[in-house]
Amino acid sequence: MPLYHDEDQAMLADTATSFMAEQGNIKDQLRHWRDRDCPDGFGHGLWKQMAEMGFTGMLVGEDDGGLGMGHVEAGIVLEEIGRNLTPSPFLTSSVLAATALKHGSNDLKGRYLPGLIEGDSVFAVAIDETPKHRPSRITTRAEKSGNGFKLSGSKSFVIQGASADMLVVAARTSGSDEDDDGITLFAVPKDAANMSHDSVRLVDSSMATHTKFDGVELDGDAVIGEVDGGREVLNAMLTAGRIGAAAEGVGVASGAMDITVDYLKQRKQFGKLIGEFQALQHRASHLYSEVEIARAAVIKAQQLLDGGSEKAELMSSVAKAKVAKTAGLAVKEGVQMHGGIGMTDEYDIGLYMKRDRALQEFLGDAYFHANRVAEMSGY
Amino acid sequence: MSDLEAFREETRSWLEANCPAEMREPVRDEEDIYWGGRRATFKNDAQKAWFEACVAKGYTVPAWPKEYGGAGLSPAEAKVLRQEMTRIKARIPLSSFGIWMLGPALLHFGTEEQKKHFLGQIARGEIRWCQGYSEPGSGSDLVSLQTYGEDKGDHWVVNGQKVWTSYADQADWIFCLVRTDKENKYKGITFMLFDTASEGCSTKPIKLISGNSPFCETFMEDVKVPKSYGEGIPAYVGEINRGWDVAKYLLGHEREMISGADGGNTGTVGSAMSRHVAKGGDELDPVLRAELAMFDVDALAYGAMGEKFLDEIKVGKAHPAQPNMMKYAGTELNKRRHELMMSAGGSRSLEWESEETSGGKPSRNWLRTKANSIEGGTSEVMLNVISKRILDLPGS
Ligand SMILES: Cc1cc2nc3c(=O)[nH]c(=O)nc-3n(C[C@H](O)[C@H](O)[C@H](O)COP(=O)(O)OP(=O)(O)OC[C@H]3O[C@@H](n4cnc5c(N)ncnc54)[C@H](O)[C@@H]3O)c2cc1C
Ligand SMILES: Cc1cc2nc3c(=O)[nH]c(=O)nc-3n(C[C@H](O)[C@H](O)[C@H](O)COP(=O)(O)OP(=O)(O)OC[C@H]3O[C@@H](n4cnc5c(N)ncnc54)[C@H](O)[C@@H]3O)c2cc1C
Repeated sequence: MPLYHDEDQAMLADTATSFMAEQGNIKDQLRHWRDRDCPDGFGHGLWKQMAEMGFTGMLVGEDDGGLGMGHVEAGIVLEEIGRNLTPSPFLTSSVLAATALKHGSNDLKGRYLPGLIEGDSVFAVAIDETPKHRPSRITTRAEKSGNGFKLSGSKSFVIQGASADMLVVAARTSGSDEDDDGITLFAVPKDAANMSHDSVRLVDSSMATHTKFDGVELDGDAVIGEVDGGREVLNAMLTAGRIGAAAEGVGVASGAMDITVDYLKQRKQFGKLIGEFQALQHRASHLYSEVEIARAAVIKAQQLLDGGSEKAELMSSVAKAKVAKTAGLAVKEGVQMHGGIGMTDEYDIGLYMKRDRALQEFLGDAYFHANRVAEMSGY
Repeated sequence: MSDLEAFREETRSWLEANCPAEMREPVRDEEDIYWGGRRATFKNDAQKAWFEACVAKGYTVPAWPKEYGGAGLSPAEAKVLRQEMTRIKARIPLSSFGIWMLGPALLHFGTEEQKKHFLGQIARGEIRWCQGYSEPGSGSDLVSLQTYGEDKGDHWVVNGQKVWTSYADQADWIFCLVRTDKENKYKGITFMLFDTASEGCSTKPIKLISGNSPFCETFMEDVKVPKSYGEGIPAYVGEINRGWDVAKYLLGHEREMISGADGGNTGTVGSAMSRHVAKGGDELDPVLRAELAMFDVDALAYGAMGEKFLDEIKVGKAHPAQPNMMKYAGTELNKRRHELMMSAGGSRSLEWESEETSGGKPSRNWLRTKANSIEGGTSEVMLNVISKRILDLPGS
């Protein structure tokens, strides 16, 4: 498959580009909700509109009422989300949770997928327990109890945890904390008793929770996939999520670069447009190269995942690490080249810097993924 | 089975039957690379057999039309051939500036007779070419070149000096930029083709920091260059005084080649280097391991970029200045690769002449890569081009 968008994908890209610029733009979404201290950090109205556009159920199979599209397509939407810094539950609900639910029973799918596809439901994923992404270590426990399970432990950095109608929770059903096996994924409904959310607003104005499970009782049919065999589902979900986060990151990087390059063409100092100074031109051109390369890594990873290739795993880490470094460069150069006004809240470049920081940390940063590349390469 | 799958099967069995085992080994020294030309000799029978099989099949220039010595492969088929050759680690049968640089320019600008005449010779490795662009006073600012060809009716008399002419001492012919109109900077250059054995043409080697000297200064003193080599075969490409267009087109291909988009610069180093260090009974320093891992991320991402770039170029989706970006990123990456390999190799990689290191290969290669971001246009010049042509930043 050639590494560019085919005709249908290019059409989708056009649609997503104009939709996000018109409906999901910074002024109408990010700033709007932030300035109102919205406890969700995003607008449900936009989520409903995204459903009408057919975005919410892109990765849901056609048999389950979705569009049965691939990660290339989901990535197209995510890149525009990134470019516009659109706060939305797309990545957690339509990519991560939807991937997990692929492995769920028909009963689970029937319970949750229609709400996702309609844009009425929002899902969150609860994986990490420490401030750094360490999915190899899961200590939250689910003990057998009657026909079901009793869940105890805590999770941190649960994006939109308090807004979610359902949380996908990775818990240990057997073995010791560092074991690969013995993990089970659960679909925990919003109204479960003994679950508490400690909400925090993050640097990018998004909302996350530290969520505690204090003997949460779950039915046996809350299990996604196999009991003790959840690592496989978790890995599938993580790979999809990382590639998705990388796609969003490319959008953040491109968006930051574009407004910076525009600024270089407008701002005059020393009687010249600052874009005439070679010192700035070279840095902008270097940044452009990095963004292009990062974009290539992302589409490669998406295609490998859609094609079911074993190499998708390695490429997902390459993409996540490359994008983290690239978007980091884009926002840092962006603020610097804006000069003093880059430090002001009024200008958008700082918002890109904040979003990038949160996105870099989500599902593993550049260090985590470079280390994974080394491990997968045998060193 | 699709046509392409059938082609893949066919290619596999052809390679199996025609590519000798010795030609599936990594290139170890200069002699392992066959450059063709009048003075060429084969290192061994395997090299000869592999070369001849490829010539017969049109596989020295697979994507060129059959009438010019190619195999007439479609872009998709050419990609399959490349993949299959990479899979068995087959060596390139013929390395040549004729293939990488002059050929594409002739295909684009040449007359029919001219193509038939020169392209066939290139495909069959009969003539070895060198590139006469740079001059002592004209490197990055190439268009300022001074070598002058005085019009004498049916021929020119060329005087001047070129520098950095790679392999000029081993080449048979030169494609050379010559000023033919002193009044007009851009529209006063002609792209000429002539024999380096012509009277008045001489070369002198330049020794590089790597200790090797495949580079030359080339002097032209009253060299007589005819305007034509026969009916429909002009001695220049494109039009007289419009050689700059040809030169720029060719540079695009040169940059593509140096960028290693075709697979050259995509290799990771981490696993190879860690094995290497372990063999020496040593452990990889954690900080070096981290650098190797970060490098491998960049190399694998660049590999995807190379693939994307080639796919896009084939269907005209790539920005025309994109080769400058590939050249910039690819060469900077390759320099970083060799720095890391030197670090991982430790004192062993400092050896300059030992047998163990095939004559100081690590250190000589490391030094040679420093030219990657200079030859074919420097990194700074690439960044200038990206600024102007892609980002549309204002000129100073
Ligand atoms: C937090 C903060 C506090 C401040 N406090 C004060 C204060 O108390 N009093 C006060 O008077 N000022 C203050 N300043 C202003 C500060 O001095 C200016 O922001 C600074 O001089 C840069 O000017 P500028 O913001 O107009 O950026 P610009 O001059 O517009 O620069 C934009 C970008 O272009 C680059 N650039 C500009 N010219 C060139 C060139 N010739 N070559 C290469 N690159 C170039 C810059 O490096 C920058 O990256 C403050 C600024 C900030 C951010
Ligand atoms: C190994 C090797 C092989 C080569 N092979 C060939 C060959 O076969 N045929 C041939 O014709 N030539 C060849 N070259 C020459 C090559 O194309 C030139 O060296 C190159 O174009 C740079 O020119 P220069 O060496 O004159 O450097 P200069 O142009 O003098 O540059 C010196 C420094 O100034 C910088 N600089 C120059 N202009 C600008 C600018 N506008 N903005 C910012 N920075 C600038 C450069 O980036 C560089 O860092 C080869 C060179 C090398 C090293």
